[in-house]
Amino acid sequence: MYTLIWRLLPGDRRLKTAVAAGLVLVVAVILWYAVFPWVEPQIQFDHGVMNGAPATTPPSSGRPAP
Amino acid sequence: MRVLIRGLGELCITAGLILLLFVTYELWGTGRYTHDQQNKLSKEMMRSWASGQPAGAGKITTERVKLGKGLALIRIPRFGSSYRYVVIEGVSLADLRKGPGHYPGTQLPGEVGNFVVSGHRTTYSAPFNRVGELKPGDEIDIDTRDGKYVYKVTEKRVVDPTDVEVTAPVPFHPGQRAGKRMITLTTCHPMYSAAERLIVFGQLSAQYPRVTGK
Repeated sequence: MYTLIWRLLPGDRRLKTAVAAGLVLVVAVILWYAVFPWVEPQIQFDHGVMNGAPATTPPSSGRPAP
Repeated sequence: MRVLIRGLGELCITAGLILLLFVTYELWGTGRYTHDQQNKLSKEMMRSWASGQPAGAGKITTERVKLGKGLALIRIPRFGSSYRYVVIEGVSLADLRKGPGHYPGTQLPGEVGNFVVSGHRTTYSAPFNRVGELKPGDEIDIDTRDGKYVYKVTEKRVVDPTDVEVTAPVPFHPGQRAGKRMITLTTCHPMYSAAERLIVFGQLSAQYPRVTGK
């Protein structure tokens, strides 16, 4: 996979390295700012909230359990 | 065959790197969002306090606050003088991303009953990261529009996530009439897990009126 990408990159070794680094950066930025913020709420592992409605309100009005 | 194995290897390494990046994001990247939101809400709340306009006709101990907005300030001296978070009204996932959240329906700071605040122990600035270090007698300071409330930690417990009775006006005795002014902090336990909840109880020990203007 990476061999193929490397072969497709233009220019000599130096240019190839630079473009490859740029590509890695772009992928990282997309992951960090677009993909991760979307994925994070779905797999949230840190819950501080008690499951279920607070004991002071009637349970029927149930907040969705987080 | 060789190409296939190499491809598979590359894929695994890539997946590993992405996972590492994701963990980095969880632990530190999410904090930036909380930080921005805290700044925004803090400014909003200070402006509202300074304007001195309590919402609603009947002035009680504190104003009614919309879900997702700042309600009070929490300070815990044991965690250093810079430890300061805006407590948000609401405990939905979106609320808790902005900072510690007050359970709607539980009492407000200073009221007889239970002021229940929930917060992240890891990720999103981890406001309650060190809550486990609190010892009986430690101060929890809550600032609202009208006053400063000093609570003293009384007890620490680890309970199941389903033990909602800790949020009752008299913890563990839902339905009983409250006589004490309590604070309850809830966060996840153990760290990085949602298996249990760490609960810290405190009781009001002092309260001061807020000096007008600031």
